[in-house]
Amino acid sequence: MEPRFESVAAVRQDLADVNYLADEGIAGVVYLADRLQKPVLVEGPAGTGKTQLAKSVAEITGARLIRLQCYEGLDESKALYEWNYKKQLLRIQAERNTDGTWDDIEDDIFSDDFLLTRPLLEAIRAEEPVVLLIDEVDRVEVETEALLLEILSDYQVSIPELGTVAARQIPLVFLTSNNTRELSEALKRRCLFLHIDYPDLEREKEIVLAKVPDVTESLADQVARIVRSIRQLELKKSPSVSETLDWARTLVLLGVEQVDEAQATETINILLKYQTDIAKAIKEFGGDGQAWMKGGPTPSSQKR
Amino acid sequence: MLELLAGFIQELREAGLPVSLTENLDAMEAIKHIPLEDREAFKYALAATLVKNNAHWRSFETVFEVYFSLRGKEYLIDQGDDDESSDAAGDAEADDVPMQGQGGAGGRMTNDELAEMLYRALMRGDEAMMRAIARQAVERFAGMEPGRPVGGTYYLYRTLRNLDLDNLFERLMDSARESAPEPLSPLEERLEADEYQHRLDQLKQEVEAEIRRRLVADRGVEAMAKTLRKPLPEDVDFMHASREEMANLRKAIYPLTRRLAVRLARKRRHGRKGPLDFRNTVRHSLSYGGVPAEPKFRFPRPAKPEIMVIADISGSVAAFARFTLHLVYAISSQFSKVRAFVFIDGLDEVTRFFEGVEDITEAVHRVNTEADVVWVDGHSDYGHAFEVFWKEYGKDVGPKTSVMILGDARNNYHSSQSWVIKEIRHKARHVYWLNPEPRSYWDTGDSIVSEYGIHCDGVYECRNLRQLEAFVEKLA
Repeated sequence: MEPRFESVAAVRQDLADVNYLADEGIAGVVYLADRLQKPVLVEGPAGTGKTQLAKSVAEITGARLIRLQCYEGLDESKALYEWNYKKQLLRIQAERNTDGTWDDIEDDIFSDDFLLTRPLLEAIRAEEPVVLLIDEVDRVEVETEALLLEILSDYQVSIPELGTVAARQIPLVFLTSNNTRELSEALKRRCLFLHIDYPDLEREKEIVLAKVPDVTESLADQVARIVRSIRQLELKKSPSVSETLDWARTLVLLGVEQVDEAQATETINILLKYQTDIAKAIKEFGGDGQAWMKGGPTPSSQKR
Repeated sequence: MLELLAGFIQELREAGLPVSLTENLDAMEAIKHIPLEDREAFKYALAATLVKNNAHWRSFETVFEVYFSLRGKEYLIDQGDDDESSDAAGDAEADDVPMQGQGGAGGRMTNDELAEMLYRALMRGDEAMMRAIARQAVERFAGMEPGRPVGGTYYLYRTLRNLDLDNLFERLMDSARESAPEPLSPLEERLEADEYQHRLDQLKQEVEAEIRRRLVADRGVEAMAKTLRKPLPEDVDFMHASREEMANLRKAIYPLTRRLAVRLARKRRHGRKGPLDFRNTVRHSLSYGGVPAEPKFRFPRPAKPEIMVIADISGSVAAFARFTLHLVYAISSQFSKVRAFVFIDGLDEVTRFFEGVEDITEAVHRVNTEADVVWVDGHSDYGHAFEVFWKEYGKDVGPKTSVMILGDARNNYHSSQSWVIKEIRHKARHVYWLNPEPRSYWDTGDSIVSEYGIHCDGVYECRNLRQLEAFVEKLA
């Protein structure tokens, strides 16, 4: 099969064209996933663009995105395939008056016409290129994970009544996880692993510039720097990239050119969602500016 | 290349990373598709195939640096003798930095000039320049000699002391204040400070990397990898964690508690059915003509234990107790009631510090400063502490209570009063003892853990996150 990407740099460029700013690691893994034909397990804090990565890759390769949202209690009939019982019943009843043999009917009702495809099977059977996104895979039980194994390693699905359905083309597969539990070794072994963390200062600034219309360079810079400082605090929930973007949009809407304490304090509830976190951040950054010098991790106390 | 990679993977396994054979093969396959001269891409290709847990990333990075640090054009360093090396480093600097005149003379600059250059580089955030200066500084201050059996940290310390980063930081801040048109607001001040701190950290990393490169050149890859090998976060010993490891542990504990809570809740929900409900079964058998075809079960009643934590917070085990309190409180929704007691030689209940507090770190801090735990001299006295517990709170121990005692049982040769534990066990559901010391140290010196241990339902060695996690899961 034709590789989809020329080089790591090309992946990066393509992703940038659809406004997804990938760093070296992300682009590298996407490139490898294509070359090695392996699924990618994407892990990281919420709101760092894990799902968006899959969507963007689908966009640049011109592929259809098939999405399987995982939840507790997901089973075979919702992830893989299901027999259309009602239709099968109708078929049997319709057959009653003619003189077909039992074998005829049996062959007939377990055929393609009576199969309802669910996302995984659909991805396998698709004729056109697809990107399969298995979202929040850590939410299913350990036992259900086993459902995924066959498809991830061999790109095929075994249906007892029909035989094995092999993939017509190898889809790019992304699995995302918020790491609420340890995934099984068997699953991890089959995947390339990619951890997406909060972006560094430069990249975050670029993301803000790319995603927020009408934002000025200096505002983006300031936003990125404030967010970086906030993430260094010990918070219940650090601001995610999407929250940074929301904040930047708000500031643009309010017509703010230069963030000062008052504005930061008023709008901080967009960045932080817990009351204790907000209180902490305001205490650190507002009011008494010297406070952090005495409390908190000061540069001198960090010295070895 | 193949051999090098095999050695590299061997070292990863030695460091505790679970690398399977398939992953090994994947790595080989992956690097075929990557231009080898691209160091970053090479690194990510290896990471994506070999490291499947983000907590292991640091270990991977260290091993990678050691194995592949000498391979790369810009990382070439002199293999020559010590007296030549200052010139060679100067040349290397000239390659990196577009300032040939000064670069060639790098070896001959005075220390003050170097400090001044560093100051300017930090001011502008000039990374290439910072790297060159880091190299020069190591050259000059670390005093490295081939074959000297000293760890890298010693060199690091020497270099950084000579660079005097604190002072530098102050200077940077001062100049930031001066150059601003108006006095800096607290917010701006904070941002500036964070920016410079970030740059200084970068500098430190450069210095560290440089020292590592030189050590590898001196001692060889395998030896170096061995000395740098650090335990994975879940294997770090509570008692001997460094400050940095402590910070990492603190960060690791929150996701851990969340994971545990999810797992416990799930276990409950999917727990097996309750005992047979005879009445209900007979009632339903009527519809099958008296044949009990469909057994009915009672709804399971999940055990929600009440927990009493009694923790030694004397200096020797304080870090451990703090972690356990963190953990127990973070998943307290899984228990119907949690009460906490701390002691040194006196004992105090600290449950009130945790009530209605969202920030456990602060609560733990208050426990350490406000609780009244010193009776005579502030040396651990388990016997007296247990006596106080029995007298004041003994009546609250009931059949639903699980009692957890945290401590090393180093009693300073006081009397043990182990009858208290025996009494508690009679009344309580379970009594567990968690000991943060390695099992081989138990009952040595003034440790009397087995004297208490015979009255407990279990005594567990609990030295790292992995063991702690396993214990909590057992408890619920």
